Formats: sequence, structure tokens, C-alpha cells
Amino acid sequence: MKISESGLVGKSVLRTDVLDKVTGCAVFVDDIQFGPNLLHSRLVRSPHPHALIKSINTEKAEALPGVRAVVTGKDLTAKMGLYLIDRPIFASDRVRVFGEPVAGVVATSEKIAVEAANLVEVEYEVLPAIYDPVEAAQPDAPLIHPDLGEYSVANFIFPVPGTNISEQFKIRKGDVEAAFTDCAAVAEGRFRLPPIEHVPIETHTSVALAENNGQVTLWASSQSPFAMRDMIAQGLGIPHNKLRVIAPFVGGGFGGKAGVTMEACAVVMAQAAPGHPVKLRLTREEEFVGTSIRQTLVSDIKVGCDQDGVLQAMELTYYFGGGAYNDYGVNIARAAGYSCTGPYDVPNVKADSLCVYTNHPVGSAMRGFGMPEIHWGLEQIMDRLAEEVGMDPAEFRTLNCVRTDDEIVSGMKMTPIDLEACIDKVKEAIQWDKKEKPTAPNKKRGKGIAIMWKAPAMPPNPGSAAVVRFNEDATLQVEIGGQEIGQGAFTVAAQIAADVLGVPYEDVTVSTPLDTKYSPYEWQTVASRLTWSMGNAVKAAAEDARFQILETVADAWDEDVEDLTIKDGIVISFRSEREQPLDKMVVYGLPNDNFEGWKGGPVVGRGHFMPTYVTNLDPETGQGTRAVVHYTVGAQAVDLEVDLETGHLEVLNIASVYDVGRAINPDLIMTQIEGGAVHGMSSAYEALKFNEKGEVINPSFVDYRIATIADIPRKIHGDYVETPIDDGPWGARGVGEHVMVQTAPAIANALYDAVGIRFSDLPLSADKIYLALEGKIKEKG
Amino acid sequence: MANHEITLIVNGQEEELLVPSNMTLLHALREVLGLTGTKNGCEAGECGACTVLVDGEPVNSCLTLAVELDGREITTVEGLAENGKITPLQAEFVELNAVQCGYCTPGMLMAATALLKRNPKPTEEDIQKALVGNLCRCTGYQRIIDAILEASRNGGAQ
Repeated sequence: MKISESGLVGKSVLRTDVLDKVTGCAVFVDDIQFGPNLLHSRLVRSPHPHALIKSINTEKAEALPGVRAVVTGKDLTAKMGLYLIDRPIFASDRVRVFGEPVAGVVATSEKIAVEAANLVEVEYEVLPAIYDPVEAAQPDAPLIHPDLGEYSVANFIFPVPGTNISEQFKIRKGDVEAAFTDCAAVAEGRFRLPPIEHVPIETHTSVALAENNGQVTLWASSQSPFAMRDMIAQGLGIPHNKLRVIAPFVGGGFGGKAGVTMEACAVVMAQAAPGHPVKLRLTREEEFVGTSIRQTLVSDIKVGCDQDGVLQAMELTYYFGGGAYNDYGVNIARAAGYSCTGPYDVPNVKADSLCVYTNHPVGSAMRGFGMPEIHWGLEQIMDRLAEEVGMDPAEFRTLNCVRTDDEIVSGMKMTPIDLEACIDKVKEAIQWDKKEKPTAPNKKRGKGIAIMWKAPAMPPNPGSAAVVRFNEDATLQVEIGGQEIGQGAFTVAAQIAADVLGVPYEDVTVSTPLDTKYSPYEWQTVASRLTWSMGNAVKAAAEDARFQILETVADAWDEDVEDLTIKDGIVISFRSEREQPLDKMVVYGLPNDNFEGWKGGPVVGRGHFMPTYVTNLDPETGQGTRAVVHYTVGAQAVDLEVDLETGHLEVLNIASVYDVGRAINPDLIMTQIEGGAVHGMSSAYEALKFNEKGEVINPSFVDYRIATIADIPRKIHGDYVETPIDDGPWGARGVGEHVMVQTAPAIANALYDAVGIRFSDLPLSADKIYLALEGKIKEKG
Repeated sequence: MANHEITLIVNGQEEELLVPSNMTLLHALREVLGLTGTKNGCEAGECGACTVLVDGEPVNSCLTLAVELDGREITTVEGLAENGKITPLQAEFVELNAVQCGYCTPGMLMAATALLKRNPKPTEEDIQKALVGNLCRCTGYQRIIDAILEASRNGGAQ
């Protein structure tokens, strides 16, 4: 592995964006000033979770003074989608979820838009709604998408027309039946997760402008401006070069601002009011009601081991409740399918991972993409199996965890990792073997451990591109299409470019905002893929620029490129010890002797990266050469106590250790680990709730609580190990999502250690724990 | 809706504004004065992203009507740094990476600035009490607490 020459890689340099963000200079979509020409808009949303639309009457709304346009889905037949094209922009014949947009109103003020939206009359014929993915998967369930068989779909997604199953992923490996008969111990259970929300503090906001020359511009709070452009362009028949997406800083994404949420609605409304920027800003209530969720999961898990605790067999059925539209969710079920065992070496596996349409909100990407969902059950059942065979849960995991070069569940060879080291480190940090006393007599204390794996879940060929462009004074711009959503992507890009080019970190600026008109292509800022994929592209672009510089200097000095390097912004020769500052020469080039002509010119480096080695899997067995690019693994251990009088659970200490391949910026990794631990803890208590009519009943910060500053663990211990992979920059891979994947089951395992009760369903609310403690509910996993 | 002429002293500058009766301070700052550092997170007083100082006290600008503040002093995140020099509190947020997406940051800084003025040597618990109404989904809060503690050792809010 080539070591970073300048030492910048591996150093915790300051974030490129931090000064902007502490001074109020950082611009988010809602901060952009559009002047008096700006119009406001509001969506008319379905009050029913499932209904046929009989008629829409917009006359009264249109007649309201100040209303500029009212749009419906009447003339919009095209659908949108990332993997499965199933989603209308505005529902026109049927609504499938509470809050689904059926019309949009454009007006001169937000107030008038709200008033007009209330005047749009929609007549519905209410249909039975279905929420449980197991029920929805049955052959006689009412169909939510009767036209499923006609939708376009990616060639690695397998819907089952005539059912609500939008994706069916299968693993058939070894002989599960025979293996179970030989097992000394078997554990099985059913586990459930409710829908939860991403809850970024910035609500989804977009401004669209359709001009009379055919140009459409969309400013959006987006993790994926290029995917957004692609989907909207296809859905509305706009050429890509006529649709420009500008994405400034994003105030929290967590997957919720990947793909398209309501931005296409903004474009359609803008097309109805040409020449005016039209703003669509979701209220906090709409952020809870009208955006995507982490989809629900019901998992049936059966796992067996021999008398030494060695895992032998697993049988799994995952029912993902994908919600009303599964254009993105199908790939979550697929990702959960090819990683269905969790980070374990299991020779015999039978698994079915289904994505199922329900009348819940649209399931989409959320930090972890299927992995928090499956690990909730997996990591509890491993504890139960360990107990069955009388083993310590940590020791059981060390015995069975996946190792480098193992043939994993999808048939691919495991990429380099050291999960054992992660387990050892969390054990040490939490003093695993030490039984601690509770802090008060009315409390019980316990410790739990959970491990995880996750691969970037993507199409096989998601690309990244980057450009490095020098200024006259040898400062430079790095141009990327990857988004800064808080994780530090811009910082890592700047750091990599500075390192390769041998220039001071402070001399590098990342070109913002992202703009599909100018920024190089990036598939999406999802899947913890930027440090790895975008990092590779930036490294290649910087290497390209570096070579151009060295070639010019070598030519001028009549030396070999191999004898030259760049250090602190100066080209130096190992051979002649000559020096040439980059200042000016990176744009003006170098003169020949006696100024008889010039060499070089403006330096612009370009680079790209795309994985070329991922293979599709056999649809019947889920086996293939390489299901994914690589895996990141990690361990968490939790020390907590429970108040027996209230059921209140307090996390005292979380230890989190992940194998990051190579830490480009160690402190940024720590910020992900710490924030992820709290996000993971919070997610264990969260649930979006519905009444019997299918209406969301807790769409506010008061009723849908997220962790506050008063709720955090007393201690969060973060650490990492470095087992480099061969296809990442300096061996690096992503860790942004992994940091919360197994937090909820680690808490559940600690809770069991404390009070001897297992909870198979999230959320772990205090009332549920209290009632279980009182013996009023007997929960068994 | 009646419009009202009011004067606000915003970050030390006297500003004359014409505001409708129902316009909140948040909208007056962002839309009338173009000071967009103050963020809109919920418009219900639940997230604290819109926190500003009114005569030194932290308020949710989304719950405060502009017309009620005639003659009062308002400080927003744009008014913290003086002559291009950030405050020790801002410097600690930078130094300790207490910022991720940055959307809650202005509100956090304003609530913490008010706390440090009121209580120059807060304990961790004091900080948790003072900032319990400021939500952050990214950082896990510990670095925000650490930055405030560190700033209290290095000259407080000034």
C-alpha cells in the first residue's frame, strides 16, 4: 500500500465547511434569495391511505386571488423510480398512502397557497388499506399495484406480478434441512421494526424555475443531484442538458434526501407558472407525513449451531414493508438478502428477502439501508443461541464471525476486514468481563454486545468523477458531484487532492454548490461510498494534474518525471536538486531557454472511478462471484441501567469500533461514530404512529421524540482498526452508516442482561419495558 | 393585514422595517433583512434552530412576533464574529468538530452564547438544561457540550 507522502492522509485536518457553518455563511436552499419574482406553493395531500380518486375539482382554488396555477396528475402519465419505475409525480387515479400528493397550488404567498390547497376538492372511494408486510405478501391480499407486471425494472430486481411483492431475493446455499437435524442447539424467533423517520433539522426544500426558453432549474436539498436530475428528466421527458439541479449544503440527509421526494412536484408546478421561481418547502409536519421512511421489517429467523457453538445453518424470511412505492425499497430487500446472515460464517443458508407493497409511507434509503433492520433480530438471536450452548455472547461472536477470504453467504470471497479486533476492542473499552453495580437500588444494570456488516448497496456500476483545476497562484479547486451532508465529504476530497499534489491543505477549495451543469458526475451521496468511490476519483484527478505538472517541468529541465516530486507547493528534483514553485507555472507554463517558446499550460486534472467487478447473482440461489464491492464491519458494546419503577432505560456507555480500512481523517470518523451511536440509540425509541384510519398521529418533535442533549450516553468510546482494501484510496472504505446499524440490538442485549427480558419488537419504549417488568406483558423473541 | 413600521437594532445596526402584524421575527430576519443564518426547523418552537438573542436572552424567533420587538436589540449568528474574528465559542465549535451538517449550529451557538453570559462557568448539566430545546440529529451533542465547556475556560462568549 502506497503511503501518503505529505502525511495529510491520516491527519485530522479541520473541516473545509466549518467556518461557513459557525458564522451563518453556509447557504442552504431556503437561504437563497430569489427576489420579488418568487412564488410559493403547497401540495394537496391525500387524507386516506388507500383510495381511488373519483374526481378532482380545482375551480375554487384557481379562483382565489393570488393563485397562479393549480396542477394535478391528470396529464402526467409517466412514472419515476430508481430501480423499479412505479411512482407517479401526482397521484391521478389512486392514492396509496396517507399524505400522497394529488395536486399542487402555486400562489403569490405561502398563506394564499395554503388557503387554495384547502379549496381543492377531491372525491375519493376509500379502499381497504394494508400495513403488515406479512399479510400484504399473501396471495389473497388486496393489490396495491395491480399493474406491477407492466412497470420497468432493473435486471437484478425480481417483482412477482399479481402480488404485492415488488422484490423477491433468494439464497439457497448448502443443505439447510440436513444441517438443522445435526444441530445441537437451535434458536428461532420473529422480530419487528416500526417505520421511523430520518428527521433532518432542515426540512425538504426545493425551488424550481421553468423558463420560456425550455430551460428548467431546480434548487434542491439533495444528497443526489445527478440521480434526481436523471429521474425527473425521465419522468417529465426533459433532456438532461435542459434540467439543471443545483444542490447547496444539505441540513441533514440520512438517506431521506437521496433520490426524489417531492422535487418533481416542484418542477411540475413551476412549469405551470413559467418564468417564476416556485418554492416548495415542507413544513415540519409534512417532513413527518410526506417524506420517505425507514421501512418496516418482520423477520423470521432460525439459526442452529453444533455443540461447540459453531454455526451450521440459518433459515430466514425477511418481509420488508416497502410502503406505497418501492422504487428504491426493492434494493433494500435485495441488499438485506445478499447480506442476510449478518457478519457470520454460516455454511448452510436458506433465505427469502421480500419487499412488499403496503399503505405505509414510501420506504427508502435510511442510514444503514436494510442492515439496522436485519441486525435487530439477528443480533438478539445470536445471543440466545450462545446462551443455549452456554457460551459468552462475545466469545460466541469471535468464534463465528466472518473473516477475510471466507466464502460468504452470496458466494463471494470476503474482502479484507478484522472483525475479531473490533470485538476485542469494544470488550476492553466496556470492561466486558466486569459485572458493574447499578447506581441506585431501584435500578438494574447490564451489558450487551452486537456486531455488524454492511456493503455499499448500489447498482453494480455507480460512478464518480472529479476535476482538479489550478488557479494562477497555485491554489486550486476540487470539483466533485458528491454532497456534503455533514459527514465531511468535502474535507476528505480536499485532503486527498492536497496530499497527492503536495500542496498545503489550505490551498484547496471544493467548488460549491453542487451543480449538474458544472460539477462532475457522482451517482449519489449514499451507501457510505464517497470516501471510497469519490475518493478514488479525486485521487485519480489529482494524480493526473500532478503528472501534467511534472511532465512540463521534466521537459523544461530535461529530466525524468520519476526524479521529480512536489512538496509544499514546489517541484523538486531528487537528481539535480532544482526547485520550481507551482505559483504561476500551473497556469502560464514554463518558458523554454531564452524564452524561445513555452511549455505546459493551465493544469486541469480529471479522474473517475467505477467498480467494474461486481456481478449479478443467480436469481434462484443468490450465488455469484462478487455481489458487492466490499464490506465494512464493526462491533458495539453497551452498558446500561433500567429504572425498575419507571421502565426508563439509560445508556451509560457505548463502545463502538469499526474497521475503516484506512482512516483518511481520524477525527471525522470519530464524529460519525459518536453521532451514529446517539442516532442508533434514539432509533431504538422511535416510531412513526398511525391511527386506525391510517393517519400519522405524531408528526411533530413533541410527539415524535428524537434524542436531545439531555438523553445522550454518559460516555461514548469510539475507535477503529485499519485493514486496508485493495480498491479504496489508501485502502479506505466508508463508515458513515455502519455506526448505528447494531446499536438497537446491542441495547436490547444489555437490557436482557440487566432484567432477563427479551424484546422482539422495537421501539424499546419505557412504558413497554415497565409493563414487561411488571409481568403484564410477557415478551419473547 | 396592517403593516407596522418598527425599528430593530440587529447586530448593532439600526434597521427600520415594515412588517405585517403576524410576521415572526424569524421571517423578518430571513426575508425582510436577508439574514439567513438563523434557520427555520419547525416553526413551532420545538427544535431551537431559529434561536436568536433579544436583549441578550435566547428566544425562538419562530414564536416571536417582530412587531412586538420595536426598539429591541437582536443578535443573530451573523453578529457573533467581530471584524472577521470569531468568538472563542465559535472557535471551539471549529476546533472540536462540533459541527456536521450545520443546520442546528446557529441556534446552538446563540443558546450557548446566552448561557455563557448568564453563567460563565457552566457544568455539563447546566449546558444540557440550557440547550435541551436545541435539537441536533448529526453530532450526538457531546462535542457541542465539550466546545461550550472549553469556551468557558477560554474567555466565554466574547
